[in-house]
Amino acid sequence: MTAQTGTKIKVKTLNKASVIIRATLLTLTIITIYSFITFDYKGLNLLDSVIKTAKMLPTMLFEPHFKHFTFLEALYKVLVTMGLAFLTTLFGAVIALFMGLFAARNLTNNTTSNVIRGFVAVIRAVPTVLWVLIFAVGAGLGSVAAVVGMSFHSIGYLVKAYSESFEEMDNGVIEALKASGANWWQIVFQAVIPSTITFLLSWTFLRFEINFAVAVAMGAAAGAGGIGFDMFMASMFYSDLREIGVITYFILAFAIMLEVFASRLKRRLKLNA
Amino acid sequence: MRGDIFARKKMNAFVFLGVLILVTLVAIVMTEYNVAKGFTSIPKAVHWGFSNFYPNGESFRKLPDIMMKLKETVLVSIAATSAGAVFALVFAIFGAHTTRFNAVLGGISRGIATVFRNIDVAAWALILLFSFGQNVMTGYFALFFGSFGYLTRAFIETIDEVSGGSVEALRATGAGYFHIVFQSVIPSSIPQMISWILFMIETNIRQATLVGILTGTGIGFAFNLYYKSMNYHTASLVVVAIVIAILFIEYISNYVRRAIL
Amino acid sequence: MKTLLELRQVSKHYGQETAALSDVSFNVKEGEFVSIIGPSGAGKSTLLRCINRIVDASGGEIFFNDENVLKLDKAQLKRVRRTIGMIFQHYNLVNRLSVIENVLHGRLGYKSTLAGMLGLYSEEEKQQAVKMLNILGLQEHTYRRADQLSGGQKQRVGIARALVQKPKMLLCDEPIASLDPNAAKTIMDYLKTISATMGITVLVNLHQVDVALRYSDRIIGVNKGKVVYDGSPKEMSSSMIHKIYGSEAGELIFDHGGQNAG
Repeated sequence: MTAQTGTKIKVKTLNKASVIIRATLLTLTIITIYSFITFDYKGLNLLDSVIKTAKMLPTMLFEPHFKHFTFLEALYKVLVTMGLAFLTTLFGAVIALFMGLFAARNLTNNTTSNVIRGFVAVIRAVPTVLWVLIFAVGAGLGSVAAVVGMSFHSIGYLVKAYSESFEEMDNGVIEALKASGANWWQIVFQAVIPSTITFLLSWTFLRFEINFAVAVAMGAAAGAGGIGFDMFMASMFYSDLREIGVITYFILAFAIMLEVFASRLKRRLKLNA
Repeated sequence: MRGDIFARKKMNAFVFLGVLILVTLVAIVMTEYNVAKGFTSIPKAVHWGFSNFYPNGESFRKLPDIMMKLKETVLVSIAATSAGAVFALVFAIFGAHTTRFNAVLGGISRGIATVFRNIDVAAWALILLFSFGQNVMTGYFALFFGSFGYLTRAFIETIDEVSGGSVEALRATGAGYFHIVFQSVIPSSIPQMISWILFMIETNIRQATLVGILTGTGIGFAFNLYYKSMNYHTASLVVVAIVIAILFIEYISNYVRRAIL
Repeated sequence: MKTLLELRQVSKHYGQETAALSDVSFNVKEGEFVSIIGPSGAGKSTLLRCINRIVDASGGEIFFNDENVLKLDKAQLKRVRRTIGMIFQHYNLVNRLSVIENVLHGRLGYKSTLAGMLGLYSEEEKQQAVKMLNILGLQEHTYRRADQLSGGQKQRVGIARALVQKPKMLLCDEPIASLDPNAAKTIMDYLKTISATMGITVLVNLHQVDVALRYSDRIIGVNKGKVVYDGSPKEMSSSMIHKIYGSEAGELIFDHGGQNAG
C-alpha cells in the first residue's frame, strides 16, 4: 500500500491511556504464560484430570442424593448460613454507617477522612478467612468467630460504599441546614441519611448477597457451621460426589435468588442516580 | 393530611425496625450466636493479638519460604483472572443486549455465567479436589470459574452502558457485526474492562488464600501450617506479607485506572 | 429531478397499542433539502430510522434509489445503508478513538470483515478522510480523541464520517438539538453547503421551526405519527404551525425559537 502523494497518513495514535492499556494487557499476558511455565504441577496429568472432571460433573449434577442429612436438615443448614450472613451484614452496616460519615469528605475534614480510608484499606486487604481464624484462637471455632471475623471485610466494603453515597449527595441541602443553625448530628439525621437511604439500603443488600457466599466459604474453611461445613465434610471426609451435588443445588438456589433481588435493587440505584 | 404522612412514616419505620429485630433474633438463635461472647471476644482478641500475633526475629527466618508461597498465590490469581477474562469477553459479547446475535443465545450465555458465578470459589475448590487432588491447578480452576462468572456479568454491564450510540451509528454506515464489535464496542469498553480485571486480581489473591487452605497450596497453606502448629509469630508474618502484596497491587491498579479511565 | 426516496403508507407499531407512525407517505427528490418538524414524541426519529432500517417498519413500502428497502436481505441492506449517511443528536462517536479513526468508520461498510476488524484502511480512504476533515475545518484536530472536542466539533466529525461513505442521502436526527446557537448555525450551514455543492439529498429532523423555515426546500410536518403538512416553507402559516405543534406550543416557538437550540 503506497500513498499517491508519497507520505503515508497514519491512523493509529499513541497517547498515555492507550500505551498504558497495551502495557497492562501485555504484562498480564506475560505473567500468565510465565505462571503456567513455573507452576509446580507435582506430576499432575492435566488432560486426565480434565477428563475426570468432565465425567464427574454429570454424576454430581444428575445423580444427587441425601445421605448424611435430610432435605429439611439441608434447608436448615442453608438458613444457618443465611443467618451468619445476616448478622455479619447487620453488624457491619451499623459500624460502617458511623465510620462512613466520618470518611465522607463533605462531612468531615480531610485528615479524619484519610485516616479512616487508610485504616479501612488495610482491614480490607486481610482475607476474611484469616480474620475468622485469628478470632477463633480467642473465641473458639464457631459462629462468634465467624460473624466477628466476617464483619471486618463487610465494614471495609460498606464504609467505602456509604461514604461515596454521602459524597454524591447534593451539598446545597447540607448548606441550607447549616445556614439555619443545625448542628452536625442534626444535619446527618435530618438531611444526609434521609436523602441517601435508598443507596444505603441497596448497598447493604448487595453486601448481604456477597456475605452469603462468604459464609458458605467460611463454613468450609474456618469451621463456621452452616451448609459450607457440610460441603467440606462431603468433600474431605465422605468423598461423596452426589451429596456435593445436592449441596451445590441448595447453594445455587439461594445465591441466584439473592442475585436476582440484588440486581433489581441495583437497577433502582441507577434509576435514582 | 400532613399529620397522616408523619404517622405513616413513623409506622413504616416501626414495622421495618420490628422485622429487623425479629430476623436478628431468629438468626441469633439459629446460628447459636452468643451475643455476650461476641462483645467480650473483641477486647480479648485485641489483647491476645498484641501479646502474641506479631512477627518476631525467629519468624523472619521463614520469610523466603513465605515469599515463595506468596509468589505462587499471586501468579495463580493473575493467571486465573486473565484466562477468565478472555472467556468472559466472548460470553459477554454473546450475552450483552447491544451485541448479542439473538435473545436465545444471549440467555444461554448469561445463564452459564450465572451458574459459574453463584457457586462460590470455595465450593468449586471442594468439587475440583475430587479430580485434581491437592494441587495448584485445583485452586487455579476454582478461581478461573469464579472469575469467569463474575467478569461476564461485569463485562455485559460495561458493554451495554458504554457503547449504545456508536453501535447504532456504525450499523447505519452499513458496517458488519465484527466491524462493530472490534471498532466500537471493544475500544469503548476496554478501559472499564481492565478496571474490572484489576479488581478481580485483588479479590482473587484474597480468595486464593482461602482456597489454599482447602487445597494445601500457596500462601493459604503456609498460614494454615503455622497457625495449626500455633506458631503465631510466623502466621502473623504471613498476614503482613499478604496485606503488603494486596496494597501494592491496589496501588498499581489505582495508577492504571487513573491513567486510562 | 428524479425521485430518490419514496415512502408509501409506512407504519410502525410498538406492541399492540402504540402506533409511532401511521400511513406516512411522501417523496424526496435528488438533491433536495427537506426538514421534518413536529413536537417531541411525534415519531420523527422513528421515521428516519425506518428508512435505513435501524428500526423495522411494521407496514408499507420504502423505495430508495428504486429499491424496496423493506424487502432487502442482510447483505443488500448493508449495501444500501452505506449509501445513506446518518447524523445523530448525541453524535454517537466512539469517544476513546481519534477523530480520524471515527471518520474512517464511515468506510466500514465497504470493507472485508478482517480488514474492518483490524482497522486497515487503504491510503486512498485515508486521504479521503483527511479531505473531509479539511472541508469541515477539523484538520488540526485529526489526531485528538473524540471526547476532547466540543459539541459542535463532534457533530462535524459525525458529518465527516457520513460523507466518507460517499452517500446519496444524509439522514440527520436532531443534529443541532444539543448545540448552542452558534454551533447550531455552523452545522446547519455545513449541511446546506454539502447539499448544494455535492448534490447530496438531506433529510433532517428539527424541532426549531425558524431553522427549518430558513434552510429547507421543503417542510414535512408530523404530529402523532401522521404527516399533517408537506409543502414549501413559504406556504407555511402560523395556523399550520399550531396544527403541527398543538395549540399551546405556537407562542413558545415564535418568542423563543432561537433558544430552543440550547
